[in-house]
Amino acid sequence: MSQSVNNQSDVIIIGGGLMGASAAFFLRQRNRSVTLLETGLIGQQASGVNFGNVRRQGRPLFQLPLAGRASPIWRNMNALLGEDVEYIQSGHMRVCYRERAELADSFETYAREARQYGLDLEILSGNALRQKFPFLGPDVYAGSYSATDGHANPRLAAPAFGRAAARLGGNICENTEVVRAEKDGVDFRVTAKDGRVFKAPVLLVTAGAWANALSEQFGEPVPLTPRGPNMSVTEPVPYTLMPTVGVSTPLEIETVYFRQIPRGNIIIGGSTRAASYPDIRRAYVKPENTLTQLREIRRLVPALGRLNIIRTWSGIEGYMPDSLPAMGPSGTTSGLYYAFGFSGSGFQVGPAVGDVMAELIDEGATTTPIEMYDIRRLKPVVV
Amino acid sequence: MVGRALNTLKVVIIGAGPAGVRAAQTLVAAGVRPTVIDEGRRAGGQIYRRQPDNFTRSPETLYGTEASRAQGIHDTFDGLVDQIDYLPETLVWNISDGRVFAVSEKRETTIEYDALIICSGATDRLMPVKGWDMAGVYSLGGSQVALKSQAVSIGQRVIFMGTGPLLYLVASQYLKAGAGVVAVLDTSSFIKRVVAAPKLMSAPDALINGLKFTLALKAAGVPVLTGIRPLEITGDADSGVSGLIFETGAGERHEIKGDAVAMGYHLRPETQLADLTRCEFAFDEKSHLWYPKVDEDGRATTANVYLAGDGARILGARAAEVSGKLTALACLKDAGVSVSDNEIMALRQDMAGWKRFAAGLREAFPWPAEQAAKLPDETVVCRCEAITAGELRRTVNAMGAKEANRAKAFSRVGMGRCQGRYCALAGAEIIAAAAGIPVSEAGRLRGQAPVKPLPICIEDDEAAAAISTVRELTK
Repeated sequence: MSQSVNNQSDVIIIGGGLMGASAAFFLRQRNRSVTLLETGLIGQQASGVNFGNVRRQGRPLFQLPLAGRASPIWRNMNALLGEDVEYIQSGHMRVCYRERAELADSFETYAREARQYGLDLEILSGNALRQKFPFLGPDVYAGSYSATDGHANPRLAAPAFGRAAARLGGNICENTEVVRAEKDGVDFRVTAKDGRVFKAPVLLVTAGAWANALSEQFGEPVPLTPRGPNMSVTEPVPYTLMPTVGVSTPLEIETVYFRQIPRGNIIIGGSTRAASYPDIRRAYVKPENTLTQLREIRRLVPALGRLNIIRTWSGIEGYMPDSLPAMGPSGTTSGLYYAFGFSGSGFQVGPAVGDVMAELIDEGATTTPIEMYDIRRLKPVVV
Repeated sequence: MVGRALNTLKVVIIGAGPAGVRAAQTLVAAGVRPTVIDEGRRAGGQIYRRQPDNFTRSPETLYGTEASRAQGIHDTFDGLVDQIDYLPETLVWNISDGRVFAVSEKRETTIEYDALIICSGATDRLMPVKGWDMAGVYSLGGSQVALKSQAVSIGQRVIFMGTGPLLYLVASQYLKAGAGVVAVLDTSSFIKRVVAAPKLMSAPDALINGLKFTLALKAAGVPVLTGIRPLEITGDADSGVSGLIFETGAGERHEIKGDAVAMGYHLRPETQLADLTRCEFAFDEKSHLWYPKVDEDGRATTANVYLAGDGARILGARAAEVSGKLTALACLKDAGVSVSDNEIMALRQDMAGWKRFAAGLREAFPWPAEQAAKLPDETVVCRCEAITAGELRRTVNAMGAKEANRAKAFSRVGMGRCQGRYCALAGAEIIAAAAGIPVSEAGRLRGQAPVKPLPICIEDDEAAAAISTVRELTK
């Protein structure tokens, strides 16, 4: 089918983050006509302001097939999209502190089990750890190293998918806020704030922290909480810290992670996530969270104490109670699909989510297991 | 805030320039003990910046015609020190939930406020020119600070280029100090000054001072040219500036030699702190500047936030004294103190005069917005991140970024150490010209903390306590 010129298409996607933009791209590759509706600009919310981790390790084992599907897309993304999204296979290091030495055992177990999903991890401690990563602080006890994980620039990835989808003939509508979505016989009827009406037999909701307002219209409210990550970036210094490093800990206030980009800046994330405000499309960094984050980054890499941060930011991410997304077909309405609520860990899987949703919509099934993300598992919060 | 006993009312003033000092004085007179936080080592702000203790130049040498005003501000502040909480050399890096987050000597100080008076002043307004990223190029304000604070010149043969009162003031200060002034090149035409003269007459002494500077420069044989357009600062990366190529109003190309360039196009408000309090902003068509919205007396749109001095409106140091006082009175009034309406009316009237004078300056020395479209693609726009006009234009043309924050996300213009303070206004003009839209539609860069670079080694007892509390709870 070719892309129609009017407001009728094969698929309407609501939400132009990484999930929606990549789904639009892969649907066009499958020659499905697509209309993507985005309230603001492509990749402007969680997809654009996150840390940029392209990390498989640490995800639930059952998510590794999805994460594994994303890996080759990331590696080939520049060729695929015709734009540089600054993906680097820098390696990813997950560490634990001495006072939580038991986590080292869980690293071992995870590494053993992850191998069957094609993810090779190297467990390091003692001298081997110090030799390979001499910059880590004395509290660091052990680590799990993934040589094939890396990072990319979140400000560029989703917009690059959006532009590539448009070049393939996708109808990408920015500054188009959806006020209503309903099923009208065969077609979904989606009304924008400015009165435009879009129709398609398939509707995919990839609206992140805003998705509940849509799923609710189809009788499937979800307990989605908007929160904002704490991001900081340092001034540029010589490029020496190759792997992305993150601390594994059950305490949110203790979490911290960083990556250095070749131009020299070091991006730091972690500490308590603050509330964010989808209604006004704003998220604010709480200074007290910046301060705890800086304290923890000094613990992880003491030498970073000699640098300055030059900017902080946050964004609006949608969190689920079990940290898993709603991804797959609707439980109430045929032709309706969801992919949202990635709970702060959607960036790496993003392109695979688009690919899987395109496959599912195009072929009626996907080779990647996604049943654990079924929206029917979620019960709305009773207010 | 209403009904609080004045001696418990927590008012924080940020900035100890003319606006901050007069605000503090007004609050102290009413029985309030304000906290004054200032980045400077000594109070006075930029214009009345004080020299280090072991320097002995007289006020007349340092401040010229403004010596008595400078001294008035310094003496007032020195007399207040026991009645205020004064935090010098302290940077406010963020503001959140009624608290000011400040850093000094790598230690965090967090201060609660009932009312916040921001007197954050102004910095140079800059338009890029090819070669301005070389060693030896300074802003006019930076050149003045070098002279005023450290008694050093930025070069031996300095070319002054740009427009605005500071162009003539700093050039004449350099001349008087014995530094080599090669030329003064003004992008504004002389006729604009003539047309603006009636408005400038609302502050005749300031107008006369300005004329005196020009006459002194001419009497010393310094060429003063108006209506020029800079084309390129010449030189190389190793040895820095060697000269400046410019075009006269008649379209002739000239090159002059020099080893330093002091440039600037009047001033721009420092508004990131107001932005962090989530104040609303409005675009001022006449100046092409985004100003935080304030009412007649300096109330911002955020409750209990007040803005005074050049950080609220570029009206100059003398207006800053008036607005500092007016804003403090507004703050007192909002706290339930009875203040004299006559006094407020008189101050408002003073402000009206200064607004008229500032309008005259704006017309006499306009921002050369039209230069943005003509900048060669290889001109560096964002000096912190070394991004050129061509790269910025590419994000507009090839990536569809027609708004400043979007163009920043794609190109990094405004992402560096200065957070766009020196490139954002010119960047918006370049975006607007490339996109064929009015500059107001290109928008403004949202302020992001920290206002200036923040040391990662910052020590904070609250952060330490927060982390150990959580750790203890989970043991």
